[in-house]
Amino acid sequence: MSAEAEIERVARLAYGRLVATLAARTGSVSAAADALSEALVRALETWPLRGVPERPEAWLAAVARNLAADAGRRARVATAAVDHLVLLEEERADMGEAATPDRILSLMFVCAHPAIDARMRTPLMLQLVLGLDARRMAGAFLVPPGTLGQRLTRARAKIEAARIGFALPAADDLAPRLAHVLDAVYAAYTVGADGDGAGDAKASSLAREAVWLARLLAAQMPRAAEAQGLLALLLYGEARRPARTDAAGRFVPLAEQDAVRWNAGLVAEADLAMARAAAAPSLGRYQLEAAIQAAHMDRRHARPTNWTAIAGLYRGLVALHPTTGAKVGLAAALAEAGDTAASLAALDAIDPAHAAGYQPFWAVRAHALRLAGDRTGSAAAYNRAIALTADPAVRSFLVGRKAGLGA
Amino acid sequence: MQYMILNYTPATEYPDGDAVRAAAEGELWGAYTRALVEAGVLVGGNALHPPHAATTLRVRDEARDIQDGPYAASKEQLGGYYIIDVPDLDAALAFAALNPAAASGAVEIRPVVARDPA
Repeated sequence: MSAEAEIERVARLAYGRLVATLAARTGSVSAAADALSEALVRALETWPLRGVPERPEAWLAAVARNLAADAGRRARVATAAVDHLVLLEEERADMGEAATPDRILSLMFVCAHPAIDARMRTPLMLQLVLGLDARRMAGAFLVPPGTLGQRLTRARAKIEAARIGFALPAADDLAPRLAHVLDAVYAAYTVGADGDGAGDAKASSLAREAVWLARLLAAQMPRAAEAQGLLALLLYGEARRPARTDAAGRFVPLAEQDAVRWNAGLVAEADLAMARAAAAPSLGRYQLEAAIQAAHMDRRHARPTNWTAIAGLYRGLVALHPTTGAKVGLAAALAEAGDTAASLAALDAIDPAHAAGYQPFWAVRAHALRLAGDRTGSAAAYNRAIALTADPAVRSFLVGRKAGLGA
Repeated sequence: MQYMILNYTPATEYPDGDAVRAAAEGELWGAYTRALVEAGVLVGGNALHPPHAATTLRVRDEARDIQDGPYAASKEQLGGYYIIDVPDLDAALAFAALNPAAASGAVEIRPVVARDPA
């Protein structure tokens, strides 16, 4: 991680704590978030030059207050006066008391509250917990920055007007509420991870933010098996990121990746999360998806991938959470396990309306038809997949596969 | 913090004023109202005559446009409301979930604008 990235990480952590702290105390999110967002920008400008202050929270709080108090001269004064203000700030007894991860956890539950528009939960969480601004997120969410900014403002206003509480949900309500939080974090990851291959640096940094949020959730909720499952799922994906492209920048499919290039530290961390989930398992989508990814990791120990077992896990996932992605995953596993007929039947059972624009459907169908010996059908499916691929590395991989048909 | 709970019931459920009155004093709604009173959260509320008793008025260019019927015609109709005073939205949702309309139609929870902001 570069120095800039490290500074950004520290600044964000401090930011999230401060929003959580101030919002938990006053119930007002908007004012705190606006001033702190500006303070965060100052931090990212100043810290690389002057070093990260010893107390990032105090620094950000002081700058934010100064910005709010003296809007006219804020640009120059804020950072110049900050050392003095930090000294004053350090005398404030309440600073240390409140800046704890459980406050951030509360804030995440607020952002993913069912009373908040489902599409806004992820951007809201990225903004309020990590200080990302609408401009930076808009591309990843395929919304114009102005529109996203307005929706974020509206969502923040609702938190205040409707007074969404900062207390964690009661035990009997915790599981469904946690599911919303996990979904919002996962959405941040997929929006980031999908853009990654195309060299979209903004999107892949969103994936890292999602991992950070998942780590915090897993650490704060050690007995929540689904939170552990989500962390493991994201970490297995992150561990394989370096192996997804070869030295020439070409896309390498999972089955052909060099297991030596997987990040062993991240795999170990993911395995640990899986072990915690196994201590008190609950039937859940993230544990199943993580188990599928863990099964792929067998190759690290020179064991062949057990595709029959993976297909079984996908069957469970489809039963629990019947998304198009899970159904296509099942079809891919069946094809790899040697049951081409079952794979094609699974694909045929998918609603054509959902399949039409879904690239993995066509890539898997092309692969299964090739295994079945239908070269013409396979070539046609490859064409559909190629047309739906934005990532140049993946596209050239598919073009190569199609050429290999010899049809 | 005060919230208004608006009861949206299927339009056919309570056809006239007598049916509304009977329901308000009946087992389902009576028990709900008592639960709010016993919890110490009830500020106020009323049952309303059915939508066919409603009149909708618009004033345009100082002229009154008066129409028979409710402002918005839909499958569920505003049948009454409660005002409750609870600490936050989650508490309001907990009480709203017990509202009989939540099962047969829908309830809307709206924060009441405070006269003196806290």
